[in-house]
Amino acid sequence: MADYLRDHHDKIVGRWSELVLAQVRGRTSLDEVRRELADLYSLIVRVLSDADDHAAGELRAALDELSRSRARDGYTPRETAIGMLALKEAVYEFVADTAELVPEFLVLSRMIDDLGLRTFEAYSAAREQIISDQSTSMLELSTPVVRLWEGIIAVPLVGTLDSARAQLVMEKLLDELVATSADHAVIDITGVPTVDTEVAQHLLKTAAAVRLLGAECTISGIRPQVAQTIVSLGIEFGDIATKANLADALALALRQAGMKVVPVA
Amino acid sequence: MERVPILKIGRTLFVSIQIELQDDTVVRLQEDLADELSATGARGVVIDITAVEIVDSFIGRMLSMIGSISRLFDAETVIVGMRPAVAITLTELGLSLNGVRTALNAEKGLELLNGKA
Repeated sequence: MADYLRDHHDKIVGRWSELVLAQVRGRTSLDEVRRELADLYSLIVRVLSDADDHAAGELRAALDELSRSRARDGYTPRETAIGMLALKEAVYEFVADTAELVPEFLVLSRMIDDLGLRTFEAYSAAREQIISDQSTSMLELSTPVVRLWEGIIAVPLVGTLDSARAQLVMEKLLDELVATSADHAVIDITGVPTVDTEVAQHLLKTAAAVRLLGAECTISGIRPQVAQTIVSLGIEFGDIATKANLADALALALRQAGMKVVPVA
Repeated sequence: MERVPILKIGRTLFVSIQIELQDDTVVRLQEDLADELSATGARGVVIDITAVEIVDSFIGRMLSMIGSISRLFDAETVIVGMRPAVAITLTELGLSLNGVRTALNAEKGLELLNGKA
């Protein structure tokens, strides 16, 4: 089989490339597909001919790399897997006439199935990686602590507040409070689309922790819909001050700090 | 057993905890503070926990109790210098230190008491 595949290298790779290209039309060129597949093909031939021990490892590495780059380029799982599975069809078209090669074709077919599964594994691993990278960078992006005034800091929250983010916000806010020895913190939730009991729980915990440090905490940016949801869910913010917008919260904080803003004479 | 020293500054008692708190240390501190409050008639207690890295529910409750005891002597208790990690732990435990006031640092804590007096 290995000898047969080696002898018909150009024809099979040509047919294989055509089949693959038919599936991923428009995303890549025939030459490119051909180059990628020719590499894989020679590795497969080396594995089949049992010539050396490294071939299997190299084949797996090449396949993983190819699948990863497919995942990054936005190919679908189907388009990625077909890249491998189409080889079966390509080979079969040539082998069908040669009866003595059929048993060996079964072995090859099983190997291709394995490799196809492997592409899928590598593909999903790469996708998972992309997702986790993105959520990490989103976490970093989304929690700036800004200084509004001497002794007054604020966290403008944008996006959904889940447990991981709430934890991060709390830690950053508290660290910043201690670092700047600010005695007023404003949590602005203008950018938080919905406030449910879980989000409210996180906000209350953060406010309680801020108080434990000896600072005051105000929650600002309560939109009309959010206010209605909060009331209908029966959430009590207790004695934590809430304000409609950041400006009101800043005014309150300034007043508590014994300052007031007056027009220039 | 280690003891936490209690310093008297004017009409305020100042306690700076520099050791890892054990249960019996806190109980001892509570007793000492009660004695001292009754003896000196101090009007305020400042407890500095800047160096404390770990608190559990028992210590949290004891701090609350110290606050309540001080109140019986008409003295206000201020806990100062709590670390963020400690604050997070206490909120996760559901303790909000009722009966005790908090301040970011010793300076602000003393200001708080003097503003009251």
